[in-house]
Amino acid sequence: MGKTHSSLLISVSTRLNDQACENVQERAEWHYTDFVLSPEDGGSDGKALACGPAQCFIVSCETQPEGWRHPSFTGPAGGTAAATGKNEYDLLVIGGGSGGLACAKEAAQFGRKVAVLDYVEPSPQGTKWGLGGTCVNVGCIPKKLMHQAALLGSALKDAQHYGWNIAQPVHHTWSVMAQAVQNYVKSLNWGHRVQLQDKKVKYFNLKGSFSDSHTIRGLTKAGKETIVTAENIVIATGGRPKYPTHVAGALEYGITSDDLFWLKESPGKTLVVGASYVSLECAGFLTGIGLDTTVMMRSIPLRGFDQQMASLVTEHMESYGTKFLKRCFPTTVEKLENNRLQVTWKNTDLGTEETDSFDTVMWAVGRAPDTETLNLETVGVKTNSETGKIIVDASEATSVPHIYAVGDITEGRPELTPTAIAAGKLLAQRLFGQSSELMDYDNVPTTVFTPLEYGCVGLSEEAAVQCYGSDNIEVYHAYYKPLEFTVAERDASQCYMKMVCLREREQRILGLHFIGPNAGEVIQGFALGIKCGATYPQLMKTIGIHPTCAEEITKLHITKRSGLDATVTGC
Amino acid sequence: QEAAKYEKKVMVLDFVTATPLGNSWGLGGTCVNVGCIPKKLMHQAALLGQALQDSRKFGWQFTEEVKHNWMTMTESVQNYIGSLNWGYRVALREKKVTYENAYGEFVGPHTVKVLPSHVCWVFLLYFLNRAERFLIATGERPRYLGIPGDKEYCISSDDLFSLPYCPGKTLVVGASYVALECAGFLVGLGLDVTVMVRSILLRGFDQDIANKIGEYMEEHGINFIREFVPIKVGSKWELHDTLKTIKLQCAGVASNRKKCMHKKNWFGRDACTRKIGLDKVGVKINEKTGKIPVNDEEQTNVPYIYAVGDILQDKLELTPVAIQAGRLLVQRLYAGATCKCDYVNVPTTVFTPLEYGACGYSEETAVEKFGEENIEVYHSHFWPLEWTVPSRDNNKCYAKIICNIQDNERVIGFHVLGPNAGEVTQGFAAAIKCGLTKEQLDSTIGIHPVCAE
Repeated sequence: MGKTHSSLLISVSTRLNDQACENVQERAEWHYTDFVLSPEDGGSDGKALACGPAQCFIVSCETQPEGWRHPSFTGPAGGTAAATGKNEYDLLVIGGGSGGLACAKEAAQFGRKVAVLDYVEPSPQGTKWGLGGTCVNVGCIPKKLMHQAALLGSALKDAQHYGWNIAQPVHHTWSVMAQAVQNYVKSLNWGHRVQLQDKKVKYFNLKGSFSDSHTIRGLTKAGKETIVTAENIVIATGGRPKYPTHVAGALEYGITSDDLFWLKESPGKTLVVGASYVSLECAGFLTGIGLDTTVMMRSIPLRGFDQQMASLVTEHMESYGTKFLKRCFPTTVEKLENNRLQVTWKNTDLGTEETDSFDTVMWAVGRAPDTETLNLETVGVKTNSETGKIIVDASEATSVPHIYAVGDITEGRPELTPTAIAAGKLLAQRLFGQSSELMDYDNVPTTVFTPLEYGCVGLSEEAAVQCYGSDNIEVYHAYYKPLEFTVAERDASQCYMKMVCLREREQRILGLHFIGPNAGEVIQGFALGIKCGATYPQLMKTIGIHPTCAEEITKLHITKRSGLDATVTGC
Repeated sequence: QEAAKYEKKVMVLDFVTATPLGNSWGLGGTCVNVGCIPKKLMHQAALLGQALQDSRKFGWQFTEEVKHNWMTMTESVQNYIGSLNWGYRVALREKKVTYENAYGEFVGPHTVKVLPSHVCWVFLLYFLNRAERFLIATGERPRYLGIPGDKEYCISSDDLFSLPYCPGKTLVVGASYVALECAGFLVGLGLDVTVMVRSILLRGFDQDIANKIGEYMEEHGINFIREFVPIKVGSKWELHDTLKTIKLQCAGVASNRKKCMHKKNWFGRDACTRKIGLDKVGVKINEKTGKIPVNDEEQTNVPYIYAVGDILQDKLELTPVAIQAGRLLVQRLYAGATCKCDYVNVPTTVFTPLEYGACGYSEETAVEKFGEENIEVYHSHFWPLEWTVPSRDNNKCYAKIICNIQDNERVIGFHVLGPNAGEVTQGFAAAIKCGLTKEQLDSTIGIHPVCAE
């Protein structure tokens, strides 16, 4: 948008704080070539100052007189309960997921007038859900609960070694699990609605799109329209699973993670296509509850993660019972007379075409940002041309001044609930709470909840090598056996951990990787250590807790460089 | 094992005096044979019992009646321990450490008398060994109460883990972590368990948490008899008036006759230092406790005699501490290292049914040391996601950190009550070692969804 060539007199209320005045000046510089800031003098009744062709403008914390409002100038004013200017809300959040809700609730704490728009477009299969976003409804929460169901299946087997007499047969009923999980998720939807109410955040179940940079047009399912205006807008619409539309039958016959957790009946013999953590986690728990499960991967598993660890994860899944079709990609999906699905695929290694039938085909080939229907072009919010995600700076600001974005929708950020929540909270604190703290995206820990879990924080070995050179890093590693596996006679071949450190004197820890039970619980505390700049010697000084798996981290001493056997022996 | 790395000629003497019941075990010490290892395995057996119940809510179906077989479990546990005993013997052999299953006793400067277990006592044959340096690491054994019937009818943790029959309805006497951990897994296996406590639970631990642990155990099937001590143990009708009261107002309860199959005594542990000839070489011990005072390099008052582990005075009775101290000592003696064992902020975990992980100050010691106005305690209850579907307690899991306001809100105490407490606590202990502050904690992103976050 080019600057308007006209003179402008801006009359500034003394009730505005310095920051707000600065904001006004900034906006003015952006839009006008010539302006003057002058303190409000006697203009408290909102009358214009006589100054020829120049427009007059009063910016104040109180209500704006009719006709004097210019959208670009209503910056954050700080302080009182009513919204600034003519906008109904101080903050409007589009998207009621992890990031959106955290931001909205935090802003409300500062006494701001906040609204949240949340809307779930049904999946192609017709699945939809309530308030809370991906994590609560079709992500972390149902995933971890179904993973737990699978782990309990293993526990049942272990229990017999520990003296528990369980008469065979033991079997799993999908609908009992699914209903329990779905009920819990629904209680969370309800909990979020109550929370918003308690915090006086207005909730709209509407699909929002931009009319202009302060106005959102919300539509109900039936097409009824509501207009909402706000000073500041945060886009937190997240992402949805992609469909491989070039594969015939993909859209009609396949499901995605959006549908899996809401299935009323067992998915039966399932093909999961993809190599992401979504694919492996889902395939993992499906195997664990006794279903015939196959993973089809085009190339490497868990792209972006440490590849040695990724291999161990898939190796374990293979010994656990999940079938893998490596270096294959699907070409068609057809429905058979008995309602089964016939999938045909190409095996790039053998150069052959193969086929098999399944009850369910689930696509886990990536997620696309949910920006299509937002009308971002109208207001000029820039997105990455390749990924479609919204480009933001370190303060979560988009290319349009008072429009921000947090969560999965943002370019270059980890697609994780805790980062979205933290970013949302900090944004609200910066906007309304006089804070200037920016989000730190470094060393964010995460865990992949495959049957044998993988937790990590910091750099992968390959990233460290790339960054510092293999001569400048030291990798300490160990194969260990969880005590609980011994009596249970479980295979611990893939229970492994490694610490990537700088080789120089201090030996600062660059990355920590752990595969084993409760990997998330193990890694969390160490992530704190890394935030404190933990070094290898400091970890070695830490006494272990016995007997646990985590203590092995404090005992790491065999380096990869030495070539010695890294298997832990004895107490 | 560490000393052998530096090509020192090393001998290890290990001998287990049988319990009153006649129990003994192999190489490895308390932890491996009658401590951490079997304890954690039996705790796991109990947790699996709970998992079986949970699994039904997650869709698993199997017969209603599920029973536990003590013998199956004990056999598996003992087999595993046997493999560890064996593993240690192999490791010592490979490292060329001489191992004697023999009772060692000092007879004079630099000399021990070695009585091998297999030698015929009639001939009183023994061997004399001389060494440049000695390390005493004889650990401790459970103390008996000294009341009528204690040795005839009662067992201790030395016997429990290899008991060749199910203990049945059990009375556990004591309030230490040993008492509570054992009572905890016994009830988890389906047994009728009572715990007799003289005064407070888990002395030395954060009392707020100790009480929460007690409450949880009570709610989950354990009977507590508080402020009582046993005065006599007998069989059947000899049990009249067995219980003596400390507080007069409990007199009425005394007439309650307890018919128990087995009673486990737990009244602390005694250091094994009285009968190894320490007086012959002049090593000073604390006459009351039997423990050996050492300097910060684990050296006793006799320069060539060192000590590590449970027998040390004023040090923590934990396996990892003993291991660390032992290794570092040897590195200082033979590898020119200077690193001393850091006994500060040693993390630990109590494996009660609701596990408790801790590192640093308890709330009361923090208040005592720094003053209530100078510490800030952040706390929260949490509900593990895995407990939601089976509708397990939603307000029992708890975490608190204690911060020193005057030192940048440095985290000086960490306490967590919940599943996998050990796994959770370990990393936080490392962070505390790095000087963790509240601000750094706040700026660390959580892993979702786990308890530790």
